[in-house]
Amino acid sequence: MTTQAPEQTGRVNPKKFSLWLLLLGILMLFSGLTSAYIVRKGDGNWFDFEIPSIFLYSTIIVLLSSITMIWAYRAAKKDDIKGIKLGLSATIILGTAFIISQYMGWLVLSDQGLHFVNPKYGDKVSASFLIAIAAIHLVHILAGIIYLAVMLINSFRYKIHKKNTLQISMCNTYWHFVGFLWVYLYMFLYFAPDF
Amino acid sequence: MSSSVAHADHHHEETFLSKYVFSMDHKMISKQFLITGIIMGLIGMAMSIAFRLQLAYPDTSFPILEWFFGSKWAPDGKLDAGYYMALVTMHGTIMVFYVLTAGLSGTFANLLLPLQIGARDMASPFMNMLSYWFFLLSSIVLLSSLFVETGPASGGWTIYPPLSALPKAMPGSGMGMTLWLTAIVLFIVSSLLGGINYISTVLNMRTKGMSMTRLPLTVWALFLTAVLGLLSFPVLLGGGLLLLFDRGFGTSFYLSDIYLGSAGALEHTGGSPILFQHLFWFLGHPEVYIIIMPALGITSEIIAVNSRKPIFGYTAMVISLMGIAFLSFIVWGHHMFITGMNPLLGAVFLVTTLIIAVPSAVKTFNYLATLWRGNIRFTNAMMFAIGLVSFFISGGLTGIFLGNATLDIQLHDTYFVVGHFHIVMGCAAIFGMLAGIYHWFPKMFGRLMNKPLGYIHFWFTFISAYLVFFPMHFMGLAGVPRRYYAFTLLPEYGVWFDVNVVMTLAAILGGIAQIVFLYNFFSSIFIGKKSGTNPWQANTLEWTTPEERIHGNWPGEIPTVYRWAYDYSNPAYDEDFMMQNVPDEGVEEELFETSKTKVNKSAKKPKPEAVTLFTLIKNWLKPNTI
Repeated sequence: MTTQAPEQTGRVNPKKFSLWLLLLGILMLFSGLTSAYIVRKGDGNWFDFEIPSIFLYSTIIVLLSSITMIWAYRAAKKDDIKGIKLGLSATIILGTAFIISQYMGWLVLSDQGLHFVNPKYGDKVSASFLIAIAAIHLVHILAGIIYLAVMLINSFRYKIHKKNTLQISMCNTYWHFVGFLWVYLYMFLYFAPDF
Repeated sequence: MSSSVAHADHHHEETFLSKYVFSMDHKMISKQFLITGIIMGLIGMAMSIAFRLQLAYPDTSFPILEWFFGSKWAPDGKLDAGYYMALVTMHGTIMVFYVLTAGLSGTFANLLLPLQIGARDMASPFMNMLSYWFFLLSSIVLLSSLFVETGPASGGWTIYPPLSALPKAMPGSGMGMTLWLTAIVLFIVSSLLGGINYISTVLNMRTKGMSMTRLPLTVWALFLTAVLGLLSFPVLLGGGLLLLFDRGFGTSFYLSDIYLGSAGALEHTGGSPILFQHLFWFLGHPEVYIIIMPALGITSEIIAVNSRKPIFGYTAMVISLMGIAFLSFIVWGHHMFITGMNPLLGAVFLVTTLIIAVPSAVKTFNYLATLWRGNIRFTNAMMFAIGLVSFFISGGLTGIFLGNATLDIQLHDTYFVVGHFHIVMGCAAIFGMLAGIYHWFPKMFGRLMNKPLGYIHFWFTFISAYLVFFPMHFMGLAGVPRRYYAFTLLPEYGVWFDVNVVMTLAAILGGIAQIVFLYNFFSSIFIGKKSGTNPWQANTLEWTTPEERIHGNWPGEIPTVYRWAYDYSNPAYDEDFMMQNVPDEGVEEELFETSKTKVNKSAKKPKPEAVTLFTLIKNWLKPNTI
């Protein structure tokens, strides 16, 4: 790596700041996609349907995972290694549960005849949109789980403690972001039929 | 700061690989971006000469084309019609993304941001290195599409569906398009990695005293460019992902039940190709400013240095850059006036588009006001910077024509559009980039470029650029459509044959001029005159670094900044420039008692030499001196 630490002039840590910028970029990606949804819906020939209730469970799961993440982060600040491990593990489990729940949501949609690919039913592109948005979001959740796993490994190596919270605090920020991103997407997709 | 000393202590031996290839030093990465950009630029230019030959002599056989492209793409020395489209597409893609986005921003953001704000390197040198490697990989993937059997993408650099969404639409829509999309995804990753780094560096790593209002305008421009990229590229990524779903999985985001001659009606229904245009141009328009803003920033700096005057209206320059950056996000609809858009929406886009003329005019006015009665030094860089101002005016004016929804109905997809964007975005940005290369070449390589060759390069490029692109406006007004392979079949365009020949000859002339530049660039690296630390007597911090261009930039402490970047010809000082790291007069007075007398002596401003054609020629003929 570099031979010298970047000199700072008393501002926010550049790595953390870079993460915020990355999140801003991700936010733009999803504003683009949800805007595309609105524009396409405005064109007509659009099948409106209610988002299956299982996606509400996903939302609750992802909110719970944010709470366990806070638990892990607070434990790190208090030097509670066991708490870090437990909190991170719980977050990973909840994150995995979120993925499964999303997948089940797609199965439910499929049972209703709403597939990702709906040839001959142009109006059902609404379902393609929902699945595409959820899938692209899921990639970000997956990246988050990998990030959490790295943190967990680091906690076993005693690399995360009171005096070294930068990594876990960045992970914390990322995880809350992708969680609340889903909350936004869920609300968007929930209210979209009424636009 | 002690880290610099510590840095010198554990300075490790650098191997060839770590110094030139896998380098994390921002100065080396900037050179990597520059050289890759120059190579891509040459390829893009060669393509343009090939299709210009076709336009001027549609019936003539050029054995060289067959030799170069092979008998498949240029049978009997004539370009194949499909390959003509592919060349136009690749020329656009290469020039817009690879030369003028990565080549320009990548080179100068990397070189200038840390040096001009007083930082030892980027916020994350590692990410910076990744940014270059993703860019190189992306370039290789894009170029490799030239060699696939069905040819490269041929649907235009805007990759509108259905040509881009339907692999069987035309030969280039198959593998070539897949490679194009892969290359652009890699490019977006590179550009985001770079952009995040640039923003983070400017906001977090400025040296002591370097407030945002003391930043050189280059830094402002590159910073705002990075912000634009960060906010717009993800939207293209979103649009591109939906396109990939349409291509790969058979969804119908953009495809509807259109009828294909070969395959009958498509299985897709209900997709909206216009949706893609919205997503594309939401990036596409900011992209235009991503291209031009670094060039404007470079020009601001070069014009101020070589006029030996403070830049006129620094605050106005910054605000107009911000205004351009903000407006660029709400004008994308002007690329889509003829898509059947709601006229009210069209009117909104018309108004926002024309408002851009205001900050652009502010910038132009400020350039001219800076030049006005300046003690102008016509260095090579200065010539190119003034060339940029010329292109920015002549291309910007035609932008006002095209921004009018009603006029655009007539002019859309004609050569008027081609002429407009080549002048305002292509030539202006290339001239900004060349100006930057001539100006900061001493910083990159420690040597000066050859001055007479620079003038030859400038005049031939400048004249040929106008000869190629200016007549296009008249062709467009007469309704000549763009992207046509040959006008021989359309006798109504026959009057333009001779014009096409002139344009092609001018393009070849422009190409030859670039060979002069290449020779000058590469030979000056080795045999150029040594430049010294501050050859242009500029104020900014990059000229305070030692000539050896060390890792970490400054051997001792990072200089502290006491003033803005444009203290030129201040009558209070002996010299006509005062570098940013020189303490204020008050501080100076405590150290040296003599400063009062200095003030009186230098208060008398020498009368600037009148600029006549004679003095201009006299100055150009001088060898490498300033």
